[in-house]
Amino acid sequence: MNGVHDMGGMTCYGPVKPEENEPIFHAAWEKRVFAMTMLGMGQLDTLDAFRHAIERMDPTHYLSSTYYEHWLAALEALAVEKGVLTPEELATGVAQETGKRTEGPLPPEAIPAVVQGGAPCNRTEGRLTPRFSVGDQVQARNLNPTGHTRLPRYVRGKNGSIVQVHGTFVYPDTNAHGQGEQPQPLYSVRFTAQELWGPDAAATDDLYIDLWEDYLDPA
Amino acid sequence: MSDDHTHGHSAHDAPPNPYLEKHTTPEQTAALEKRVQALESLLVAKGLVSSETLDKLVETYENDLGPINGATVVARAWVDPAYKERLLKDATTAIAELGFSGLQGEHMMVVENTPDTHNLVVCTLCSCYPWPVLGLPPAWFKDAAYRSRSVVDPRGVLRDFGLELDESTAVKVWDSSAEIRYMVLPERPAGTEDMSEEELTALVSRDSMIGVTKVQPPAA
Repeated sequence: MNGVHDMGGMTCYGPVKPEENEPIFHAAWEKRVFAMTMLGMGQLDTLDAFRHAIERMDPTHYLSSTYYEHWLAALEALAVEKGVLTPEELATGVAQETGKRTEGPLPPEAIPAVVQGGAPCNRTEGRLTPRFSVGDQVQARNLNPTGHTRLPRYVRGKNGSIVQVHGTFVYPDTNAHGQGEQPQPLYSVRFTAQELWGPDAAATDDLYIDLWEDYLDPA
Repeated sequence: MSDDHTHGHSAHDAPPNPYLEKHTTPEQTAALEKRVQALESLLVAKGLVSSETLDKLVETYENDLGPINGATVVARAWVDPAYKERLLKDATTAIAELGFSGLQGEHMMVVENTPDTHNLVVCTLCSCYPWPVLGLPPAWFKDAAYRSRSVVDPRGVLRDFGLELDESTAVKVWDSSAEIRYMVLPERPAGTEDMSEEELTALVSRDSMIGVTKVQPPAA
Protein backbone atom coordinates (compact mmCIF):
# COMPACT_ATOMS: atom_id res chain seq x y z
CA MET A 1 0.00 0.00 0.00
CA ASN A 2 1.09 3.54 -0.62
CA GLY A 3 1.49 4.30 3.07
CA VAL A 4 3.46 6.71 5.21
CA HIS A 5 5.99 3.94 5.84
CA ASP A 6 7.16 4.20 2.20
CA MET A 7 9.48 7.09 2.99
CA GLY A 8 12.23 6.86 0.43
CA GLY A 9 12.84 10.19 -1.31
CA MET A 10 11.01 12.52 1.07
CA THR A 11 12.95 15.53 2.37
CA CYS A 12 10.48 16.95 4.90
CA TYR A 13 11.76 15.29 8.07
CA GLY A 14 14.76 17.46 8.87
CA PRO A 15 18.29 16.39 9.73
CA VAL A 16 19.29 13.01 11.12
CA LYS A 17 19.81 13.37 14.86
CA PRO A 18 22.09 10.74 16.36
CA GLU A 19 21.83 10.35 20.12
CA GLU A 20 25.03 10.38 22.20
CA ASN A 21 25.64 7.15 24.13
CA GLU A 22 22.28 5.78 23.08
CA PRO A 23 21.01 2.85 25.18
CA ILE A 24 19.85 -0.30 23.40
CA PHE A 25 16.36 0.23 24.83
CA HIS A 26 14.99 3.57 26.02
CA ALA A 27 12.39 2.23 28.48
CA ALA A 28 11.58 -1.04 30.20
CA TRP A 29 8.41 -1.51 28.13
CA GLU A 30 10.46 -1.48 24.93
CA LYS A 31 12.34 -4.59 26.08
CA ARG A 32 9.10 -6.45 26.72
CA VAL A 33 7.59 -5.44 23.39
CA PHE A 34 10.74 -6.47 21.55
CA ALA A 35 10.80 -9.89 23.21
CA MET A 36 7.03 -10.52 23.03
CA THR A 37 7.08 -9.73 19.34
CA MET A 38 10.10 -11.87 18.58
CA LEU A 39 8.65 -14.85 20.45
CA GLY A 40 4.92 -14.35 19.94
CA MET A 41 4.62 -12.99 16.42
CA GLY A 42 5.57 -16.24 14.70
CA GLN A 43 2.67 -17.95 16.45
CA LEU A 44 0.26 -15.31 15.16
CA ASP A 45 1.30 -14.79 11.54
CA THR A 46 4.28 -14.21 9.22
CA LEU A 47 6.98 -11.53 9.46
CA ASP A 48 5.48 -10.01 6.31
CA ALA A 49 2.03 -9.84 7.93
CA PHE A 50 3.65 -8.19 10.94
CA ARG A 51 5.31 -5.56 8.75
CA HIS A 52 1.98 -4.95 7.04
CA ALA A 53 0.26 -4.56 10.41
CA ILE A 54 2.71 -1.71 11.13
CA GLU A 55 1.96 -0.20 7.73
CA ARG A 56 -1.76 -0.22 8.58
CA MET A 57 -1.23 2.07 11.60
CA ASP A 58 -2.87 5.48 11.55
CA PRO A 59 -0.28 7.60 9.69
CA THR A 60 -0.18 10.38 12.27
CA HIS A 61 0.30 7.80 15.02
CA TYR A 62 3.01 6.13 12.95
CA LEU A 63 4.98 9.35 12.69
CA SER A 64 4.51 10.42 16.30
CA SER A 65 5.38 7.11 17.94
CA THR A 66 8.70 5.41 18.51
CA TYR A 67 9.80 2.24 16.77
CA TYR A 68 8.74 -0.18 19.49
CA GLU A 69 5.33 1.47 19.71
CA HIS A 70 4.95 0.44 16.07
CA TRP A 71 5.75 -3.12 17.12
CA LEU A 72 3.28 -2.89 20.01
CA ALA A 73 0.49 -1.64 17.75
CA ALA A 74 1.11 -4.44 15.24
CA LEU A 75 1.38 -7.12 17.91
CA GLU A 76 -1.90 -6.06 19.52
CA ALA A 77 -3.63 -5.83 16.15
CA LEU A 78 -2.51 -9.30 15.03
CA ALA A 79 -3.32 -10.88 18.41
CA VAL A 80 -6.91 -9.69 18.04
CA GLU A 81 -7.21 -10.43 14.32
CA LYS A 82 -5.92 -13.95 14.83
CA GLY A 83 -8.34 -14.57 17.68
CA VAL A 84 -5.71 -15.02 20.37
CA LEU A 85 -7.07 -12.04 22.31
CA THR A 86 -10.54 -10.52 22.24
CA PRO A 87 -10.86 -6.74 21.98
CA GLU A 88 -12.33 -6.82 25.49
CA GLU A 89 -9.33 -8.65 26.88
CA LEU A 90 -7.00 -6.15 25.25
CA ALA A 91 -9.01 -3.22 26.62
CA THR A 92 -9.26 -4.57 30.17
CA GLY A 93 -5.99 -6.50 30.43
CA VAL A 94 -7.92 -9.40 31.97
CA ALA A 95 -7.90 -12.81 30.30
CA GLN A 96 -11.46 -14.16 29.92
CA GLU A 97 -10.22 -17.66 29.25
CA THR A 98 -6.81 -19.25 29.27
CA GLY A 99 -5.12 -20.38 26.09
CA LYS A 100 -6.12 -23.56 24.34
CA ARG A 101 -2.59 -24.27 23.18
CA THR A 102 -1.42 -27.80 23.79
CA GLU A 103 2.28 -26.94 23.59
CA GLY A 104 3.74 -24.79 26.33
CA PRO A 105 5.61 -21.59 25.54
CA LEU A 106 9.23 -21.76 24.44
CA PRO A 107 11.56 -22.32 27.44
CA PRO A 108 14.48 -19.93 28.12
CA GLU A 109 16.98 -22.67 27.21
CA ALA A 110 15.74 -22.55 23.61
CA ILE A 111 16.75 -18.91 23.08
CA PRO A 112 20.36 -19.38 21.91
CA ALA A 113 19.25 -21.77 19.16
CA VAL A 114 16.43 -19.43 18.08
CA VAL A 115 18.73 -16.40 17.93
CA GLN A 116 21.68 -18.09 16.24
CA GLY A 117 19.61 -20.29 13.95
CA GLY A 118 17.47 -17.52 12.51
CA ALA A 119 14.71 -17.98 9.99
CA PRO A 120 16.10 -18.07 6.44
CA CYS A 121 13.77 -16.87 3.68
CA ASN A 122 15.44 -18.52 0.69
CA ARG A 123 13.70 -21.59 -0.70
CA THR A 124 14.52 -24.59 -2.86
CA GLU A 125 10.99 -24.84 -4.20
CA GLY A 126 8.77 -22.41 -6.05
CA ARG A 127 9.94 -20.47 -9.11
CA LEU A 128 13.56 -21.54 -9.33
CA THR A 129 14.59 -20.43 -12.82
CA PRO A 130 15.33 -16.70 -12.93
CA ARG A 131 13.91 -14.75 -15.85
CA PHE A 132 16.71 -12.17 -15.69
CA SER A 133 20.50 -12.43 -15.65
CA VAL A 134 23.24 -10.12 -14.40
CA GLY A 135 23.52 -7.17 -16.78
CA ASP A 136 19.92 -7.30 -17.99
CA GLN A 137 18.15 -3.95 -18.25
CA VAL A 138 14.86 -3.93 -16.35
CA GLN A 139 12.07 -1.55 -15.46
CA ALA A 140 10.41 -1.58 -12.06
CA ARG A 141 6.70 -2.05 -12.66
CA ASN A 142 4.30 0.73 -11.83
CA LEU A 143 2.30 -1.27 -9.30
CA ASN A 144 0.13 0.29 -6.61
CA PRO A 145 -1.23 -2.63 -4.60
CA THR A 146 -3.49 -1.93 -1.63
CA GLY A 147 -1.83 -4.73 0.35
CA HIS A 148 1.76 -5.32 1.43
CA THR A 149 4.61 -4.85 -1.01
CA ARG A 150 8.35 -4.27 -0.82
CA LEU A 151 8.41 -2.29 -4.05
CA PRO A 152 8.82 1.31 -2.86
CA ARG A 153 7.23 4.13 -4.80
CA TYR A 154 10.51 5.84 -5.60
CA VAL A 155 11.67 3.09 -7.98
CA ARG A 156 8.36 2.38 -9.73
CA GLY A 157 8.55 2.98 -13.45
CA LYS A 158 12.32 3.54 -13.29
CA ASN A 159 14.93 1.73 -15.37
CA GLY A 160 17.76 -0.19 -13.79
CA SER A 161 20.05 -3.14 -14.31
CA ILE A 162 20.40 -6.50 -12.62
CA VAL A 163 23.65 -6.73 -10.64
CA GLN A 164 23.06 -9.96 -8.73
CA VAL A 165 20.65 -12.89 -8.72
CA HIS A 166 20.13 -13.73 -5.04
CA GLY A 167 18.13 -16.94 -5.55
CA THR A 168 14.53 -17.84 -4.81
CA PHE A 169 12.96 -16.10 -1.82
CA VAL A 170 9.59 -15.98 -0.05
CA TYR A 171 7.36 -13.40 -1.79
CA PRO A 172 6.14 -10.84 0.78
CA ASP A 173 3.17 -9.65 -1.28
CA THR A 174 1.41 -13.01 -0.86
CA ASN A 175 3.01 -14.15 2.39
CA ALA A 176 1.63 -11.11 4.23
CA HIS A 177 -1.92 -11.99 3.26
CA GLY A 178 -2.31 -15.68 4.02
CA GLN A 179 -1.70 -16.57 0.37
CA GLY A 180 1.41 -18.61 0.99
CA GLU A 181 5.12 -18.07 0.43
CA GLN A 182 5.00 -18.39 -3.39
CA PRO A 183 8.83 -18.17 -3.59
CA GLN A 184 10.31 -16.48 -6.65
CA PRO A 185 13.66 -15.07 -7.77
CA LEU A 186 15.03 -12.02 -5.98
CA TYR A 187 17.50 -9.62 -7.61
CA SER A 188 19.81 -6.82 -6.62
CA VAL A 189 18.95 -3.99 -9.03
CA ARG A 190 21.02 -0.86 -9.62
CA PHE A 191 19.41 2.45 -10.49
CA THR A 192 21.48 5.52 -11.21
CA ALA A 193 20.78 8.46 -8.91
CA GLN A 194 19.96 10.53 -12.01
CA GLU A 195 17.38 7.98 -13.21
CA LEU A 196 15.65 8.19 -9.83
CA TRP A 197 16.07 11.86 -8.95
CA GLY A 198 16.79 13.71 -12.16
CA PRO A 199 19.71 15.58 -13.71
CA ASP A 200 20.65 17.46 -10.52
CA ALA A 201 21.64 14.20 -8.81
CA ALA A 202 25.33 13.27 -8.79
CA ALA A 203 26.34 11.40 -11.94
CA THR A 204 28.68 9.27 -9.84
CA ASP A 205 26.00 7.89 -7.53
CA ASP A 206 23.83 4.76 -7.62
CA LEU A 207 21.06 3.13 -5.61
CA TYR A 208 20.95 -0.62 -5.09
CA ILE A 209 17.74 -2.33 -4.03
CA ASP A 210 16.53 -5.93 -3.78
CA LEU A 211 13.46 -6.55 -5.94
CA TRP A 212 11.43 -9.69 -6.59
CA GLU A 213 10.89 -10.90 -10.15
CA ASP A 214 7.20 -9.94 -10.20
CA TYR A 215 8.22 -6.32 -9.57
CA LEU A 216 10.20 -6.21 -12.82
CA ASP A 217 9.72 -6.04 -16.60
CA PRO A 218 12.43 -6.19 -19.26
CA ALA A 219 13.39 -2.62 -20.17
CA MET B 1 20.91 17.19 -3.59
CA SER B 2 24.23 18.95 -3.79
CA ASP B 3 22.60 22.33 -4.41
CA ASP B 4 21.34 22.73 -0.85
CA HIS B 5 23.64 25.63 -0.27
CA THR B 6 22.91 27.55 -3.44
CA HIS B 7 19.15 27.39 -2.85
CA GLY B 8 19.48 28.24 0.81
CA HIS B 9 17.08 25.51 1.91
CA SER B 10 18.74 22.56 3.55
CA ALA B 11 16.96 19.82 5.43
CA HIS B 12 17.97 21.69 8.57
CA ASP B 13 15.50 24.42 7.71
CA ALA B 14 12.50 22.07 7.90
CA PRO B 15 9.96 23.64 10.26
CA PRO B 16 9.14 21.89 13.54
CA ASN B 17 6.26 19.50 12.98
CA PRO B 18 4.03 18.46 15.90
CA TYR B 19 3.45 15.08 14.27
CA LEU B 20 7.15 14.34 14.61
CA GLU B 21 7.29 14.90 18.35
CA LYS B 22 7.60 11.38 19.71
CA HIS B 23 5.41 10.19 22.56
CA THR B 24 8.04 10.09 25.26
CA THR B 25 6.74 12.30 28.07
CA PRO B 26 6.77 10.65 31.53
CA GLU B 27 2.97 10.33 31.38
CA GLN B 28 3.05 8.68 27.97
CA THR B 29 5.84 6.35 29.04
CA ALA B 30 3.91 5.39 32.19
CA ALA B 31 0.81 4.64 30.10
CA LEU B 32 2.87 2.47 27.76
CA GLU B 33 4.45 0.60 30.67
CA LYS B 34 0.98 -0.22 32.00
CA ARG B 35 -0.37 -1.25 28.61
CA VAL B 36 2.62 -3.48 27.89
CA GLN B 37 2.48 -5.13 31.32
CA ALA B 38 -1.18 -5.95 30.66
CA LEU B 39 -0.35 -7.39 27.24
CA GLU B 40 2.43 -9.53 28.68
CA SER B 41 0.14 -10.97 31.36
CA LEU B 42 -2.44 -11.75 28.67
CA LEU B 43 0.04 -13.47 26.35
CA VAL B 44 1.43 -15.45 29.29
CA ALA B 45 -2.10 -16.49 30.31
CA LYS B 46 -2.77 -17.61 26.74
CA GLY B 47 0.39 -19.70 26.74
CA LEU B 48 2.16 -17.86 23.91
CA VAL B 49 5.18 -16.70 25.89
CA SER B 50 6.73 -17.07 29.32
CA SER B 51 8.22 -14.10 31.15
CA GLU B 52 11.45 -16.03 31.84
CA THR B 53 11.95 -16.61 28.13
CA LEU B 54 11.29 -12.94 27.39
CA ASP B 55 13.95 -12.05 30.00
CA LYS B 56 16.42 -14.39 28.35
CA LEU B 57 15.86 -12.92 24.90
CA VAL B 58 16.27 -9.34 26.16
CA GLU B 59 19.49 -10.29 27.98
CA THR B 60 20.83 -11.87 24.81
CA TYR B 61 20.34 -8.70 22.76
CA GLU B 62 21.58 -6.45 25.55
CA ASN B 63 24.71 -8.43 26.32
CA ASP B 64 25.72 -10.82 23.54
CA LEU B 65 25.05 -8.97 20.31
CA GLY B 66 26.47 -5.64 19.26
CA PRO B 67 28.79 -3.80 16.89
CA ILE B 68 31.81 -5.51 18.45
CA ASN B 69 30.84 -8.54 16.36
CA GLY B 70 30.91 -6.56 13.13
CA ALA B 71 34.14 -4.87 14.20
CA THR B 72 35.68 -8.31 14.67
CA VAL B 73 34.69 -9.20 11.10
CA VAL B 74 36.10 -5.94 9.73
CA ALA B 75 39.42 -6.25 11.56
CA ARG B 76 39.84 -9.83 10.32
CA ALA B 77 39.16 -8.70 6.75
CA TRP B 78 41.78 -5.95 7.13
CA VAL B 79 44.52 -8.32 8.26
CA ASP B 80 43.63 -11.44 6.25
CA PRO B 81 43.21 -10.92 2.48
CA ALA B 82 41.89 -14.45 1.95
CA TYR B 83 39.21 -13.87 4.59
CA LYS B 84 38.29 -10.56 2.98
CA GLU B 85 37.86 -12.30 -0.36
CA ARG B 86 35.54 -14.89 1.21
CA LEU B 87 33.64 -12.15 3.04
CA LEU B 88 32.94 -10.16 -0.10
CA LYS B 89 31.98 -13.29 -2.04
CA ASP B 90 29.80 -15.07 0.55
CA ALA B 91 29.34 -12.87 3.59
CA THR B 92 26.90 -15.12 5.45
CA THR B 93 29.36 -18.02 5.50
CA ALA B 94 32.42 -15.89 6.21
CA ILE B 95 30.70 -14.13 9.11
CA ALA B 96 29.56 -17.49 10.50
CA GLU B 97 33.22 -18.60 10.48
CA LEU B 98 33.74 -16.08 13.29
CA GLY B 99 30.69 -17.34 15.19
CA PHE B 100 28.07 -14.77 14.17
CA SER B 101 24.81 -15.86 12.59
CA GLY B 102 21.07 -15.95 13.03
CA LEU B 103 18.04 -13.70 13.20
CA GLN B 104 18.19 -10.79 10.76
CA GLY B 105 21.53 -11.97 9.43
CA GLU B 106 20.44 -15.10 7.60
CA HIS B 107 21.40 -13.60 4.23
CA MET B 108 24.32 -11.20 4.53
CA MET B 109 26.13 -9.06 2.01
CA VAL B 110 29.23 -7.01 2.78
CA VAL B 111 30.06 -4.06 0.53
CA GLU B 112 33.52 -2.54 0.46
CA ASN B 113 34.48 1.10 0.75
CA THR B 114 37.49 2.12 -1.33
CA PRO B 115 39.27 5.45 -1.93
CA ASP B 116 36.78 6.22 -4.72
CA THR B 117 33.58 4.46 -3.54
CA HIS B 118 31.51 5.02 -0.40
CA ASN B 119 28.65 2.70 0.58
CA LEU B 120 25.67 3.65 2.75
CA VAL B 121 22.99 1.25 4.07
CA VAL B 122 19.35 2.17 4.74
CA CYS B 123 15.94 0.52 4.96
CA THR B 124 13.39 2.98 3.59
CA LEU B 125 10.32 0.78 4.19
CA CYS B 126 10.97 -0.26 7.79
CA SER B 127 14.24 -0.64 9.67
CA CYS B 128 15.98 -3.80 8.45
CA TYR B 129 19.42 -4.08 10.04
CA PRO B 130 22.04 -6.87 10.38
CA TRP B 131 21.49 -7.85 14.03
CA PRO B 132 24.13 -10.61 14.41
CA VAL B 133 26.96 -8.24 13.47
CA LEU B 134 25.66 -4.84 14.61
CA GLY B 135 23.09 -5.64 17.32
CA LEU B 136 19.80 -3.75 17.41
CA PRO B 137 19.69 -0.50 15.41
CA PRO B 138 20.02 3.00 16.88
CA ALA B 139 16.89 5.18 16.90
CA TRP B 140 18.10 7.44 14.10
CA PHE B 141 18.34 4.46 11.73
CA LYS B 142 14.64 3.78 12.38
CA ASP B 143 13.42 7.38 12.23
CA ALA B 144 11.88 9.17 9.28
CA ALA B 145 14.73 11.60 8.60
CA TYR B 146 17.29 8.90 7.82
CA ARG B 147 14.93 6.49 6.08
CA SER B 148 13.54 9.15 3.77
CA ARG B 149 16.56 11.22 2.84
CA SER B 150 19.35 8.65 2.54
CA VAL B 151 18.23 7.61 -0.93
CA VAL B 152 17.59 11.07 -2.40
CA ASP B 153 20.32 13.04 -0.60
CA PRO B 154 22.94 10.61 0.68
CA ARG B 155 25.69 13.23 0.66
CA GLY B 156 23.54 15.55 2.78
CA VAL B 157 22.83 12.74 5.25
CA LEU B 158 26.56 12.05 5.47
CA ARG B 159 27.11 15.74 6.24
CA ASP B 160 24.66 15.33 9.16
CA PHE B 161 27.24 12.87 10.51
CA GLY B 162 30.13 15.23 9.79
CA LEU B 163 31.37 13.40 6.71
CA GLU B 164 31.96 15.53 3.62
CA LEU B 165 32.72 13.37 0.61
CA ASP B 166 34.74 14.52 -2.34
CA GLU B 167 32.59 15.11 -5.44
CA SER B 168 34.55 12.49 -7.32
CA THR B 169 33.72 9.78 -4.77
CA ALA B 170 30.94 7.50 -6.00
CA VAL B 171 28.17 6.94 -3.46
CA LYS B 172 26.38 3.61 -3.46
CA VAL B 173 23.21 3.50 -1.38
CA TRP B 174 21.84 0.06 -0.45
CA ASP B 175 18.11 -0.03 0.37
CA SER B 176 17.47 -3.25 2.35
CA SER B 177 14.05 -3.87 0.86
CA ALA B 178 14.16 -7.69 1.09
CA GLU B 179 15.70 -10.17 3.52
CA ILE B 180 19.30 -9.51 2.46
CA ARG B 181 21.12 -7.58 5.20
CA TYR B 182 24.03 -5.29 4.42
CA MET B 183 27.16 -4.31 6.27
CA VAL B 184 29.84 -1.92 5.03
CA LEU B 185 33.50 -2.94 5.11
CA PRO B 186 35.07 0.45 5.87
CA GLU B 187 38.50 1.50 4.68
CA ARG B 188 41.38 0.75 7.00
CA PRO B 189 42.72 4.14 8.07
CA ALA B 190 46.27 5.21 7.46
CA GLY B 191 48.68 4.90 10.36
CA THR B 192 47.33 1.54 11.53
CA GLU B 193 49.92 -0.66 9.83
CA ASP B 194 51.49 -1.72 13.12
CA MET B 195 48.26 -2.33 15.02
CA SER B 196 47.17 -5.79 16.12
CA GLU B 197 43.87 -7.30 15.02
CA GLU B 198 42.53 -6.67 18.52
CA GLU B 199 43.55 -3.02 18.41
CA LEU B 200 41.99 -2.65 14.98
CA THR B 201 38.74 -4.16 16.26
CA ALA B 202 38.53 -1.46 18.93
CA LEU B 203 38.91 1.20 16.24
CA VAL B 204 35.88 0.15 14.16
CA SER B 205 32.71 2.06 14.99
CA ARG B 206 29.14 0.93 14.43
CA ASP B 207 28.43 3.96 12.26
CA SER B 208 31.31 3.12 9.92
CA MET B 209 29.73 -0.28 9.26
CA ILE B 210 26.38 1.36 8.41
CA GLY B 211 28.35 3.66 6.15
CA VAL B 212 27.56 7.04 7.71
CA THR B 213 31.12 7.65 8.87
CA LYS B 214 34.66 6.51 8.13
CA VAL B 215 36.88 4.74 10.62
CA GLN B 216 39.04 7.39 12.25
CA PRO B 217 42.79 6.91 12.57
CA PRO B 218 43.98 6.31 16.13
CA ALA B 219 44.51 9.48 18.15
CA ALA B 220 48.16 10.55 18.04
